[in-house]
Amino acid sequence: MSMMDQHKEVFKEEAYERLSELEDSLLELEERTDDIDLISSIFRALHTIKGSGSMFGFDEIAKFTHEVETVFDCVRNGEMPVTKELIDLTLSARDHIKELLDNPDNVNLQRAGEIISSLKNLSPNSDALKEECNCSPALPSIENDTAADEKEEETVYRIEFVPGHDVFMKGINPVMLLNELQTLGECRIIAMTDAIPQLDYFNPECCYTYWDIFLTTSQGINAIKDVFIFVEDDCELSISVIDSSLDSSVKKLGEILMERGEVTPENLQEVLNKQRPVGELLVENGVTSPQEVESALAEQKHIKEAREKQKTTETVSSIRVSSDKLDSLVDLVGELVTVQARLTQKANTGSDPDLLLISEEVERLTEELRDNTMGVRMVPIGTMFSKFKRLVRDLSNEVGKEIEMTTDGAETELDKTVIEKLNDPVVHLIRNSIDHGIESPEGREAAGKPKMGKVHLSARHSGANVLIEIIDDGAGLNPEAIKAKAIEKGLIGSDAELSEKEIFSLVLAPGFSTAKKVTSVSGRGVGMDVVKRNIEALRGSIDISSNKGKGSTITLKLPLTLAIIDGLLVKLGTDVYVMPLSIVEECVELTDKDIEKAHGRQIANVRGEIVPYINLREQFMINGGKPEIEQIVIARVDEQRVGYVVDDVIGEHQTVIKSLGKFYKHVEGVSGATILGDGNVALILDAPKLMHTAVIDEVAEAAV
Amino acid sequence: MSVTEIEEATQHLTFKLDEEVFAIDISKVREVLEYTTVTKVPQTPEFMCGVINLRGGVVPVVDLRLKFGMSEAEKTVNTCIIIVEVSLDGESTVLGALADSVQEVHDFEPGQIEPAPKIGTKLKTDFIKGMGKRDEQFIMILDIDKVFSTDELSIVQDAGSYNASEKTED
Repeated sequence: MSMMDQHKEVFKEEAYERLSELEDSLLELEERTDDIDLISSIFRALHTIKGSGSMFGFDEIAKFTHEVETVFDCVRNGEMPVTKELIDLTLSARDHIKELLDNPDNVNLQRAGEIISSLKNLSPNSDALKEECNCSPALPSIENDTAADEKEEETVYRIEFVPGHDVFMKGINPVMLLNELQTLGECRIIAMTDAIPQLDYFNPECCYTYWDIFLTTSQGINAIKDVFIFVEDDCELSISVIDSSLDSSVKKLGEILMERGEVTPENLQEVLNKQRPVGELLVENGVTSPQEVESALAEQKHIKEAREKQKTTETVSSIRVSSDKLDSLVDLVGELVTVQARLTQKANTGSDPDLLLISEEVERLTEELRDNTMGVRMVPIGTMFSKFKRLVRDLSNEVGKEIEMTTDGAETELDKTVIEKLNDPVVHLIRNSIDHGIESPEGREAAGKPKMGKVHLSARHSGANVLIEIIDDGAGLNPEAIKAKAIEKGLIGSDAELSEKEIFSLVLAPGFSTAKKVTSVSGRGVGMDVVKRNIEALRGSIDISSNKGKGSTITLKLPLTLAIIDGLLVKLGTDVYVMPLSIVEECVELTDKDIEKAHGRQIANVRGEIVPYINLREQFMINGGKPEIEQIVIARVDEQRVGYVVDDVIGEHQTVIKSLGKFYKHVEGVSGATILGDGNVALILDAPKLMHTAVIDEVAEAAV
Repeated sequence: MSVTEIEEATQHLTFKLDEEVFAIDISKVREVLEYTTVTKVPQTPEFMCGVINLRGGVVPVVDLRLKFGMSEAEKTVNTCIIIVEVSLDGESTVLGALADSVQEVHDFEPGQIEPAPKIGTKLKTDFIKGMGKRDEQFIMILDIDKVFSTDELSIVQDAGSYNASEKTED
């Protein structure tokens, strides 16, 4: 039973994938209503869900999906146009299937009935359809298919199906598969029993039989593959075309004999070798020209290659690995990086050139291993984007606005965990854009803008970061309104002089909401401050720019990965700290003379440019005298150059980020810890937080 | 904490802070380490020594002397870090406790443990599970979960943000 459960899990996982494919295809279909490929891929997805659903006992799903499939069959045959209603209904049907999957015991039959009957009503010959559904509830789509696909030629396939010995243990009944095959078309099944051992050795729990099947069908090879989709891994399966009606030649005698087991392939080969290639004979007899034969051979070769290529892509494509395993792999690599740093340090201090060589080699390998491991965890952000397409569609319907969503950079890769944690903030931002940003169609027309609003989602790499932009062409932010609100809420003083950017960043403050009314879409008490917090927890930053009346752009800047960063080691007193290298721009010296010249102001002059700096010694209250020459590490924080004064800059260090844990979660200015080459712990500086604290301190001091 | 909880003979690890002997339930103790370099985390109260590297993991260390209001002591060869597993808000967390020296694992019979006096221990009574007796000597049995409870740690929050009191408006 547990075996079966396990397979049910696999089915579920696959079905969820199919469903998301289905959703994508449906949304695309909405834009390109006449795309036959899309329609067939929708049909295929439905068919797969139905087929495997009934195989694993999800009868409700099979039954329901079957009805939807029937409707889509009409669409595929061009009997039914693709309309918005159809897509709406199919999407809700998809949701219903998902519900059935989530919760198979709690079936809402009424809802299923509603969806089905509305779907049927859409169909032009709805009566016929109903009738058909009633008369052959099991698998009526088959007759439909054969009738529909007249343009598709009937083909004879030879299917060699050799199930693994343990196939029964996995809860698979080969007979069910064979029965399903029979529904595809005319089918001859030959059971091969020569592998069945003598009774003494016979294990009744093993499957010894294998089958040769000749199937005449017009449904194409994919339909056949779909039948075997869940046993693919547990059996040897080969499907070959033996007779296409385009090519009316009868099967070769040798092949038939071989199939019947009368001759072995070796026998046949031996005889055939005596024969000269058919091409040569033909040319000799003047039937055809050598060029003709050559081209035919080329064609043959091409088909072979194409087929082989198909085979390899199928096997190489992907495997499923649980994310726990990946996480522990990353942890291990992290520890390896730490140990490697120790090795390098040891090798550099010693005078053994061999050791140095080895350590350099290890360093190179570790770096590659690190990059590869991180690469494994990278997922294209497109998976997230496609989810949002649906969100935008549903939300715009809900609020009665016409909104189109476009995306680019879907192939941009990001760490899996980052993508997972990014979902909620981005959903929130998109909701905001739709609810507050984009005006109603009338409002847009009055403003001289196209009726259809636009939300654009883009992702791209920028150094060690990924930039995600959410751009809308709505009303934009109103700086005056925000300022007034902030004063009202007591977030800023009434006489505060703020730049536009600073005003926009007020939106991110806790307890701030400019929406006049609370709708179901936004304003549920989860404010932008939560978005900001989530993004900052990912070590990212958020930036808002807006053009009143034209729209706003929200940019999220996120690190590629969470686990390992390149850091700059700096010294403060006796302690070593790490500054994330990605934000560091340069290091300059700070001498006592410079400090004197600045008259107590914490401002450095870097090639004529004024850079404020923060004295970390003061901030961290580190005792002991400071060195004569200090270093300013200049970093870019919030689009601003800020210096951090440290005693000394030590060098680069690959930093495996370790959390400081619950105990230190309220500590400011430090975002984590890492382990150095000598085994000591170094703290990672949280540059943005340090700057914010410094700004607040200054304001507080000025107020006194 | 009532004494009734200690009904069976339990093993406790005893250790010294200054001249006083304390005990922790052995099931809470993971291991005892020699004193190593502790990295101080800035802007935290004195009693939070910082963090150490425990086989690749970062573990916070608390100086029990300072935590219990005693004076800071010189580090000696006997100074050690007792690694304990406590539950913080129902979540198991590994912490280090700095002690002057560890002594032995002692079996307390139920009769040997008395409720802690309400006064006179100079410690928060919450921290003490009971008083054990060994050869006429009293041993304070600590409730280590309470010592490291989040309420106690909230001091850390206050201290951590004292110089940014307006930060909530950030």
